[in-house]
Amino acid sequence: MRIDYDTKIIEMKNITKKFGDFVANDNIDLTVHKGEIHALLGENGAGKTTLMNILYGLYEPTFGEIYLNGKKTNITNPSVAIRNGIGMVHQHFMLVETFTVVENIILGMETTQRMGVLDINRATKEVEELSKKYGLHVDPNAKIHDITVGMQQRVEILKALYRGADILILDEPTAVLTPQEIDELMEIMRSLASQGKTIIIITHKLKEIKQVADYCTVIRRGKKVDTVKVADVTEEDLASMMVGRQVSFKVDKKEANVGDVVLKVDNLVVKDNRKLNAVKGLSLELHRGEILGIAGVDGNGQSEFIEGITGLRPIESGRVILNGKDITNLSPKEIIENGMNTIPEDRQKRGLILDFTVAENMILENYHKEPFSTKGRLNHKAISDFSKELIEKFDIRPRDHMHIAGELSGGNQQKVILAREISNDPDVLIAAQPTRGLDVGAIEYVHKYLVEQRDHGKAVLLISFELDEIMNVSDRIAVIFNGKIVDVMDAKEADERTLGYLMAGGGTIDEAK
Amino acid sequence: MKQNRFIMIVISILFGLITGAIVLLVAGFNPLEAYGVMVKGVFGSPKYISWTIIRSTPLILTGISVAFAFRTGLFNIGAEGQFIIGSLVATLVGYFVKLPPIIHPIVALLAGALAGALWAGFAGLLKSKFGINEVITTIMLNWIALYFSNFMVFTKAFKRPNKDASHRILESASINVLGKWKTSEAGKVFLAEHKFWKEFLNPPVNYGFIIAILAAILIWYILKHTTLGYQLRAVGFNKDAAEYGGIDVKKNIVVSMMIAGALSGLAGATQVLGVSKETAILAIMEGYGFDGIAVSLIAGNNPLGCIPAALLFGGLKYGGSKLQPTIGAPFEVINIIIGIIIFFIAMPKLVEIITSYKGKKEGGKVESTK
Repeated sequence: MRIDYDTKIIEMKNITKKFGDFVANDNIDLTVHKGEIHALLGENGAGKTTLMNILYGLYEPTFGEIYLNGKKTNITNPSVAIRNGIGMVHQHFMLVETFTVVENIILGMETTQRMGVLDINRATKEVEELSKKYGLHVDPNAKIHDITVGMQQRVEILKALYRGADILILDEPTAVLTPQEIDELMEIMRSLASQGKTIIIITHKLKEIKQVADYCTVIRRGKKVDTVKVADVTEEDLASMMVGRQVSFKVDKKEANVGDVVLKVDNLVVKDNRKLNAVKGLSLELHRGEILGIAGVDGNGQSEFIEGITGLRPIESGRVILNGKDITNLSPKEIIENGMNTIPEDRQKRGLILDFTVAENMILENYHKEPFSTKGRLNHKAISDFSKELIEKFDIRPRDHMHIAGELSGGNQQKVILAREISNDPDVLIAAQPTRGLDVGAIEYVHKYLVEQRDHGKAVLLISFELDEIMNVSDRIAVIFNGKIVDVMDAKEADERTLGYLMAGGGTIDEAK
Repeated sequence: MKQNRFIMIVISILFGLITGAIVLLVAGFNPLEAYGVMVKGVFGSPKYISWTIIRSTPLILTGISVAFAFRTGLFNIGAEGQFIIGSLVATLVGYFVKLPPIIHPIVALLAGALAGALWAGFAGLLKSKFGINEVITTIMLNWIALYFSNFMVFTKAFKRPNKDASHRILESASINVLGKWKTSEAGKVFLAEHKFWKEFLNPPVNYGFIIAILAAILIWYILKHTTLGYQLRAVGFNKDAAEYGGIDVKKNIVVSMMIAGALSGLAGATQVLGVSKETAILAIMEGYGFDGIAVSLIAGNNPLGCIPAALLFGGLKYGGSKLQPTIGAPFEVINIIIGIIIFFIAMPKLVEIITSYKGKKEGGKVESTK
């Protein structure tokens, strides 16, 4: 048995963390044994990252004590944590893009010869040994900006190991990975654990917990719900512990009632910020009454595609036809008025004006229309009535239309956008990453509305990096790779392996089989 | 939230005054006496009150100009240049154009505002078309405005002989309160009998103050209650989301700069028509625009807040000017006080730390009442 139950490598006792009046962690206990893979599960804002930031010395707890190997330790800052063998891989990598893998790994603890000359050869050898020992394959001399996200993550893990970490904290490690890369990561985690490392993984993905974790501590609204042995519980159990109610995973939907083509994209070419073609002759057709999912790994032209068809980025060539009308290179306003709305990929950058109130955000596309304004004057009453109605209908919390949007939780921010876009009742709704960073309860909610839109005979274009989401929600699935749609298939016939193969650029379906 | 901000500003002003007192003490002056001189210098006579208001008027307008641009995501350092252009054009219209009273000042004011609007609009255009930062363009336009104004005043038709200034504007373009009446027989008799009014009207009291207050209300209304204000604020807070929502970001940048410029131009125009009556040849900029940045900061970028902020600013400067002649304390202490006030306002965190330290001391009480 690889777990050493006699060694409590981490014991956090009665941890409470307050930010002003807000209690992020309320009296949480956490015990982790040596060699264990321990999952920390909770909705967004439940306090799991806060708890780990306390362990890593980024925050000081308001109350509570931490024992490492049975010894009480005051972790006042990350260097204390590192000295005690704790390493953390953050959700957003902390790597220097223009440095090589080795240079990044040794950053801050460089091995030097006399007079401070860097001994890069010795460092490279050390990194290679470490990499071999734990099965973390990296190219030591490659520059960070040239390697895949999966490899960047391995560099981060190596960085922690190089600093002598025995305890690894991984914050949402699979959010940016392809299915194949996720499998690899799971393998790495098992290999690390079998060699005596202890791993804490922060996540809200239940499948991964079932796959890899030994124990799981569930946190809800800053309080610990329970610590369970993963083998003894089902995904549904975990979900209801996390949310506090029964959750359904299956997206409940009727057979699609497919109508005419409403959006036709023909041979589209769009450039990215570096003036290189990111969308390279993309074509697709979207019908009324269907949800077309676009599966693909991040960075294959999805963002440029969406920005192109919504008028935010110039289209170099090709055409976009909406309801029989050519909307190529029209302004965003004209495109919205022609019946296409978007739930944008980045809700804080594009979707919301965070300093505005919820009510002001609700009218972002319609402020210049009756009843919200007459002859250039805003009608505050009409605006608040409209917002109150949507807040009620979409269950946005808090129930306050004058609340500043930036102070809402991620899920509620997304609901504001959803409410606004759906209230326009568009013929085509583009949903780009509509559930990114949302918890199970909110995801269920977003999916319900997408399906409802479809059942009203509208068309939905769903772009997501989450394969499960694409497979559950879509009626048809198109796979995007390198700026093109590689293939389109019926969602019922799709399986994860084939999609993963296509997403990685393996060719068409026939070749996949 | 709003109340917090207000308290913070009051605390910053207090800190400024305390620091000023320390400086005075170190320099060997009695701070209480010095502040006494300043208070008397502002409120001691109706005349002084008039002067404080007159001094504050252009600052209200340039303050709103900067505040408005700030609220829409732009940093208008060019208020100074727009002020200069506004004064120049108002003087030109005031001297060369012949119009009946009442109409003449209105035309001159509008011309000054329009000139400022175009001047600033150019910087807006450069930003929206070529992405050139407005901070850089407006600073450069300040210098161009200064030397262009000097160049214009030097032209033969415009320059007053033997004076480093332009011709004076026609009497019909003046915006002084009861300007003609003051020197008429009836006026002289009345003022001789009423000492308060005589004193109050002695300085060039003008309608600029009322214009400035109306402008503040108008700008507040635009920001809060119109679709234009909604658009401009949306662009200011988050231009990506505004663009996504269908707002023409580029057009709004130009419009915003033009409105800001119009306000600074108007400030210049009121100064000419109400106080100076001419455009002088300037070796350096007078600083009305730059002081506007300070006023806007003190006001928390609130157009209505610019009125008290400018009065405070004008009062400190005017009252402070009495320090040197009466007790020999250097006028620079006023700049130190203003600097410290802005320093603290720009660092809300510091004030928070200081007040929370005080709160911690009394924290026991607060905790137990909860």
